[in-house]
Amino acid sequence: MADTPLQIADREAKAEERITVTGVLVDAVKGAVASVQEYALLCGRTLYALFTPPYYLQDILQQMDSIGAGSLPIILLSGFFIGAVMVLQTGSQFTRFGQSSLTGDVVAIALVRELGPSLTGLLVTGRCATGIASELGSMLVTEQVDAMRAMGTNPIRKLVAPRVIATLLMLPLLTAMTDFTGLIGGCVASVFSLRLTAIEFWRRAIDALDFADLMQGFTKPFFFAFILATIGCYKGLTVRGGTQGVGRATTQAAVLSSVLIIVADAFLTKVALYLADKLF
Amino acid sequence: MQRAIPSSSDVNPAIKFENVRIGFEEGDILRGVTFQVQERETLVLLGETGTGKTLSLKLAAGLMRPSTGIVRVLGKEVSSMQERDLLEFRRHIGFVFQEGALFDSMTVGDNVAYRLLEDGVKDQEIEPRVLEALRFVELEHTVELFPSELSGGMRRRVSIARALINQPPIVLYDSPTAGLDPVTSQTIIALILRLRDVFGVTALLATQRLQDGFALANFRFDPAAKRVVHSASNGHTAGGASVAETRFLVLRDGGVYFEGGQEELSSTKDDYLKRFLV
Repeated sequence: MADTPLQIADREAKAEERITVTGVLVDAVKGAVASVQEYALLCGRTLYALFTPPYYLQDILQQMDSIGAGSLPIILLSGFFIGAVMVLQTGSQFTRFGQSSLTGDVVAIALVRELGPSLTGLLVTGRCATGIASELGSMLVTEQVDAMRAMGTNPIRKLVAPRVIATLLMLPLLTAMTDFTGLIGGCVASVFSLRLTAIEFWRRAIDALDFADLMQGFTKPFFFAFILATIGCYKGLTVRGGTQGVGRATTQAAVLSSVLIIVADAFLTKVALYLADKLF
Repeated sequence: MQRAIPSSSDVNPAIKFENVRIGFEEGDILRGVTFQVQERETLVLLGETGTGKTLSLKLAAGLMRPSTGIVRVLGKEVSSMQERDLLEFRRHIGFVFQEGALFDSMTVGDNVAYRLLEDGVKDQEIEPRVLEALRFVELEHTVELFPSELSGGMRRRVSIARALINQPPIVLYDSPTAGLDPVTSQTIIALILRLRDVFGVTALLATQRLQDGFALANFRFDPAAKRVVHSASNGHTAGGASVAETRFLVLRDGGVYFEGGQEELSSTKDDYLKRFLV
């Protein structure tokens, strides 16, 4: 079929446009600013939906099952071996100074304050942020999101809010599981590798922890949950380019939420340490 | 079935586009389009790919906003309504998407019942209404199946059942027969005729297949005989009532290239329009 005059005119106009380095940079900055603006809008609407009815309880429970119970096996397995590896790595150093009993302190503090929340956040990102992005992206390209809107449903309330609520509720619990299985893994490694007794390990581990450590360790997951769920939803709901775009959005969701979780972790740690110093 | 929503009898026309313009980074797709659809009328939107047919439907449903211009539906200016108001207003409009756009994680029954579930209708009322809608599209037996278990034509029919569940006065069809075999296409067209002639639905139908539009213009559903009959039979003339109810609008280069009835279109001397007639 021959091109229409409009198509021919457009092509000629585009051919006349000259690509310059400045133009490319300006477009990239504009795109980045627009993305931040879109993401901020999505976060704002999501927060509004979190605190105002109606709620889709069935969808929240489904997502809690998928995100929480579904992530449990990888969390338990990873947590156990992370704890064990930490003991193996630190134990050899402490043994040189005859302080192998300190491994319990180190493992407990490192797990509860830092490794538990961040590794759980990253593991759940790998499993759930990508899942959310691909699911919502597929719904978008098959016009299911438009169909939802056409039938009078707000996709933020129906699709985004349940996923964010479920992640907010599940990630702290999963973090607790990581911490616990990590300590079990550390205990097993201490007993078999460092010849410590299990009682000694647990006593040192529990004594080493302050209330401030627990506060820090269980505050972070709420921020990480919000980041991974909203990034997953944002990437899914802004898919461009059909099924190929869904794949791209999934990858971007994993990368972006992982990076943001690590960046946020640094700031949250600084704030938590400051507050711990002032309050406790 | 009774209408669950207010009648649009006091509103004329049912859909009105006034100098509507919309575009993307690549340029404007619609450049000042003006047309209207009267109540109980069917307007067939024709055009090549990328001429803005689907866009026009999404504008009419308030799923997109024009850059400039006004879109009025049932007397409401949807182009300037807030999303919150639009969500409520869209319950008065049925939308049949090109590929059906059924929710693939739900059964056929849940898909059709979706709007009723959202409205908090009681369970005992939902089931008979869902079965009635599915019976209308002759797919009552698929209520427990998932969309992935249906053929393309069946998915479109379920989509029609979903669109008519609360008896909207306006239904927007996006290429309802695209990619279907001729027999299935006829089934879909027969359903659209039934919706129009039994429930008096106002329709905006986007398609690339002119034969769909001609079928809508030349045939009607006879509720007494419960079958599709030629408009010329039973007192209707091909150039009479049925033609007045079905008009054609051809979009080209962002504007309205042709607007009129079947006879004008079929007797056109215009080379571009003749391409649709082949």
